[in-house]
Amino acid sequence: MSVDILMPALSPTMEEGTLSKWLVKEGDKVESGDLIAEIETDKATMEVEAIEDGIIGKILVLEGQESIKVNSPIAILLSEGEKLSESTSANEAKKEIKLEVQNNNENIVKINDVKDKAQATNIINEISNKSDYKPIKQDRIFVTPLAKRIAKQRDIELSSIKGSGPFGRILKIDVENVAIENSYNLSAQKIEHDNFEIIKNSAMRKTIADRLVKSKNEAPHFYLSLDCNIDELLKVRKSLNFKSNDKYKISVNDMIIKASSAALIKVPKANASWENENTKYFKNTDISVAVAIEGGLITPIIKNVQSKGLLDISINMKNLVNKAKDGKLQPEEYVGGSFSISNLGMYGIKEFSAVINPPQGCILAVGSGEKRPIVINDEISIATIMTVTLSCDHRVVDGAVGAEFLSEFKNFIENPSLMLL
Amino acid sequence: MTNIDFDLIVIGGGPGGYVAAIRASQLGMSVALVEDKHLGGICLNWGCIPTKALLRASEIRHMLDNLNEFGFSVSDIKIDINNITKRSRKVAAQLSSGINHLLKKNNVKVFEGFGSLIKDKSTLKKISIKKNDNVIIKSAKNIILATGARSRNLPFVSADGVNIWDYKTAMTPQKLPSSLIIVGSGAIGMEFASFYNDLGVEVTIIESLPSILPNEDNDISNIVKTNFEKRGIKIKTNTTLKSVNNKTNSVSAETFTNGKVEVIKSEIIILAVGIIANTEKLGLENFNIKIDKGHIVTNDFLETNEKGIYAIGDVTEGPWLAHKASHEGILCVENIAGRDNLKPIDKTSIPGCTYCRPQVASIGMTEAQARSSNLNLKIGKFPFLGNGKAIALGESEGLIKTIFDKDTGELIGAHMVGPEVTELIQGFSIAKKLETTEHELMHTIFPHPTLSESMHESVLDAYNQAIHY
Repeated sequence: MSVDILMPALSPTMEEGTLSKWLVKEGDKVESGDLIAEIETDKATMEVEAIEDGIIGKILVLEGQESIKVNSPIAILLSEGEKLSESTSANEAKKEIKLEVQNNNENIVKINDVKDKAQATNIINEISNKSDYKPIKQDRIFVTPLAKRIAKQRDIELSSIKGSGPFGRILKIDVENVAIENSYNLSAQKIEHDNFEIIKNSAMRKTIADRLVKSKNEAPHFYLSLDCNIDELLKVRKSLNFKSNDKYKISVNDMIIKASSAALIKVPKANASWENENTKYFKNTDISVAVAIEGGLITPIIKNVQSKGLLDISINMKNLVNKAKDGKLQPEEYVGGSFSISNLGMYGIKEFSAVINPPQGCILAVGSGEKRPIVINDEISIATIMTVTLSCDHRVVDGAVGAEFLSEFKNFIENPSLMLL
Repeated sequence: MTNIDFDLIVIGGGPGGYVAAIRASQLGMSVALVEDKHLGGICLNWGCIPTKALLRASEIRHMLDNLNEFGFSVSDIKIDINNITKRSRKVAAQLSSGINHLLKKNNVKVFEGFGSLIKDKSTLKKISIKKNDNVIIKSAKNIILATGARSRNLPFVSADGVNIWDYKTAMTPQKLPSSLIIVGSGAIGMEFASFYNDLGVEVTIIESLPSILPNEDNDISNIVKTNFEKRGIKIKTNTTLKSVNNKTNSVSAETFTNGKVEVIKSEIIILAVGIIANTEKLGLENFNIKIDKGHIVTNDFLETNEKGIYAIGDVTEGPWLAHKASHEGILCVENIAGRDNLKPIDKTSIPGCTYCRPQVASIGMTEAQARSSNLNLKIGKFPFLGNGKAIALGESEGLIKTIFDKDTGELIGAHMVGPEVTELIQGFSIAKKLETTEHELMHTIFPHPTLSESMHESVLDAYNQAIHY
């Protein structure tokens, strides 16, 4: 029995995906569990495993094909020794050609076998009569006279036009549509040659665009900035890492994740998302951390940060970052989250404001820690300062709540031992 | 879940409604049709068909008047207007009962009564059917409004059936008047003018626009004008009716032409000044159904802004023609049935016919419209005077004009006046639908001797290849 390999649903909400890469080819033997293809969803690239043993009989979708509906067949898996079923049309055509070739061979054999000259002539005549009628197998293109003329005038190949008339007949309007498309493509190509390179947007790129546009359109953003002195935090980090024997390395970012969680527990009103009819207040602190990856970014989630220690957070984060860079995050690892952090400190960015990751209520934009002169007790001294900016969705988080959160955050950052409580 | 009575209810049994109902039934829907007055609608009962029966009579009268040309002589020809109208009514009645039979054959349930929409919270569509004081309620998944239109009155004068006639009275006169004024020179006005003139009535046409048959090509309109005037019909264009003084046995109409006032006296005046859609009492106000200039607004597939409620025919945007209504009915139900590859109606390819003598038929753009569309044109003209069959028939007056897009060879308009042109126009309709160019039309073999050869010659003339002209 041949089995259709279907487009899998890689997340509960997935409706369609792109087949980004085939890892097998037709004729390959596969065992259950073998990776056969990579599928790109709106968020990540994932691998598809064979569910049964067998041989890849036919690949039905091309690499790079987009918008493949979930549960539509992408390949046919055959059991060993089995041939493709006759209903497969592409196969049928091949078979026809084979048959023709076979017939010709038969004829040749016949001639060789014939002894009588007259008989041979007859057979030769018969064969040549047959071969006189060799219909050229060229599909007739149905086209109206007007469409045909306009296509010729505009130098459009009829075979490139899809007809919308009865039985696919090409109508005037079909030619005109192609002409419009062509002129558009031509001008696009011209620009590319002149100045740009045009790269097709990936599913992820489009999702980022959709979500951020939605966020900026729907969520009324406001921004709160605060300077944090991180000298104490750096000291604590140094002593923690000093004892690690290179087994672990706690980053400033790990500590920011922890501090954010601790502040959210203190100010639970900031740990919320907008749901039109309701506002959802989260009990756990699931922190989404923006990670730059090839072609975009993704926000893997560290869950239940409130019950995790720094080491746990650090290991967790490294693991997620690696998976994200390989495009292997599972949906549950990036869908959801109650609060986001975006850290551009490593690029030397002093401060910036981030776009909220909907439906969450807040995102914290973290700048670099740098030595700045500060005034303490009317005296100028030097401290390592990190500026953070909180973007809030005003529908969920009011100014006072955001400010309260930030001051708690600052308190934890400047007094990191409080995080131990 | 309440039971649904029908997949589709059609309100109105005219050429839009009954055709939609039959097609829906063919597509497997359970269908009901609600009709208040008469199956077949205005077209069949008080429009297209009975007027054709009347015009047949007036054509015969015209022929009788010219019998000597064919070698006959008769004397003592008598006209009985009552027998002429009786035949017209008989023709209409025969066809109306035919519609009843067709609907029955196609399992369409017919309800007699006035149908109107009822607002309901469910997604079902409900209508009430009122007959006398009896009201029943029926529900359906989809509703088609095909309630048609009626003739328009003017603000200062309404038909009274005595001296001021609408089309109905004009179709069933008790006696022939000695004189009448016809207000409006569209198809209806022109047909009555031709009919009454041929029966010996003194006719005056009043048209507010610069030419009669204002929707037709100028060349065509002028030929009809010349013909009518030769027959003694008075034509007053650029003339508006100001008031009508309705006396006991006559009317006097005050008209206004280029600043000049004139009072025209006549026994009867016929109002043929257009139509108004029947949108009242349908319960439309309770729905999100848009009305623009009195007509229901629909999308390309005849659906109103209210999902599941459709409108076709004269109650929607023009042209207000029976064949357009029927075609919309078919498109509408095929779309409801989920047929794919449907195309909206191309309004540039709806032929129009006027059955006055000489007949007028046209499709597509007039020369004036084509010239204002910035296309390069090829225009051909061929008079019936160059056609053997027309001369043999004794009806060589008329012209066929064809208009092509010079660059693509697309036939963008065809305009005809003359013998049986209403039967000829379909040739150009097919040509347009199949998107032929001048090339296919030129290389089509037209049978000889026929009137249709004039169509061929007109195409040839557009490319300076006419043989007989």
